[in-house]
Amino acid sequence: MAETASASREVVYCGVCTLPPEYCEYGGTTKKCQEWLEKANPALYERIWSAEALEAATASLSIEAKERAAKDAKKKAAKAEAAEQKQAEKLSSSVVTIKRIERNKRKYVTSVSGLEAFGLDLKKVAKDFGKKFATGSSVTKVPSGGEEIVVQGDVSDEIEEFLLEKYKEIPEDNIELVEDKKKKGAAAG
Amino acid sequence: MFKKDINPAPRQKLKSSIQRSLRANFVETYPLVTPFIDEIMPKKASLEQMKLPDRVSLYVQDGVPLFFQHDNDALLPHLRLVHRFPQCFPTIRIDRGAIRFVLSGATLMAPGLTSPGGRLPLPDAREGKETLGEGAPNEGADEEGRWSRELEKGEPVVVMAEGKEEACAVGVLVMGTKECKEKGKGPVIEEAHFLGDGLWKLNFD
Repeated sequence: MAETASASREVVYCGVCTLPPEYCEYGGTTKKCQEWLEKANPALYERIWSAEALEAATASLSIEAKERAAKDAKKKAAKAEAAEQKQAEKLSSSVVTIKRIERNKRKYVTSVSGLEAFGLDLKKVAKDFGKKFATGSSVTKVPSGGEEIVVQGDVSDEIEEFLLEKYKEIPEDNIELVEDKKKKGAAAG
Repeated sequence: MFKKDINPAPRQKLKSSIQRSLRANFVETYPLVTPFIDEIMPKKASLEQMKLPDRVSLYVQDGVPLFFQHDNDALLPHLRLVHRFPQCFPTIRIDRGAIRFVLSGATLMAPGLTSPGGRLPLPDAREGKETLGEGAPNEGADEEGRWSRELEKGEPVVVMAEGKEEACAVGVLVMGTKECKEKGKGPVIEEAHFLGDGLWKLNFD
């Protein structure tokens, strides 16, 4: 858009919590925001986080209110940290399962589940599978809740390769190949 | 309204007739944007509508959110638009202590506005001051951040914060500012769009 005109203001947004930097202290990731701003925009950092600025900002509050605010901020930060940790843990423990299912003697379908844990859009990935293998590929609901991608044909090995190549965020050890029906052991990664 | 995170929904292009009526509606709701409307909504650019949960539709232009609307209520500007054109919207200001509550989605209560850090409109403070542009009504905020006209119940308003430059929330008044001054308690804005809520975090790529 035409940002050259006089009326429109450019506002800097924090790269960590996306709020305007003034509001970073309420975002829960204050420490990280501070670091980011110091690097990205030192002038603004000086204005917001310098000692005088902080002094002036808190001067109007009573001691009690200050304490409460500090406590609240601490709680929030702890919460945000915990959530982050949890997410990382979840990511490292979640497994993508590629399952070969016998449909009719020598005909197979391949189902892929667990991709959503890596923040992938199943619909898009399904489309990609379909394009890559030139077969039908769809997102189906599983009875236990949640969704999986079902690809026509036995493409389990290719899917593994494809996933590793295209979505680098999935560690190789977290991909599991399973063969249905005969209940043979799973060959990990 | 948007406390929970929202998943991006598919966007639809709007007919130009609807675009025109939206534009007229927006200018009518916020007369102060008149001088800038061509910059906010260039006539050529195409407006897209995104339907969000709870019957809210968001209007997006070239990947930039402009405003949203619940059912057929008043159009409310997205905070990113408010940050770009802060002078175009009526404002009130909350004191420092209230910021953290508003930013976690609480209903805005009157004490946050009536305290020394808060700013409610002060009528007649703006007499003889220059207007923003031709055709724009003679209203605006004074140096202290007091709007020059009492705001009525049901009017959309932008919430600024003590010691901050940028706006922190947008919402509809459930209590007129005059009443708020008299009573000094009770909710003033319910269900606002605030910094860091689901609508703010919505991804437009």
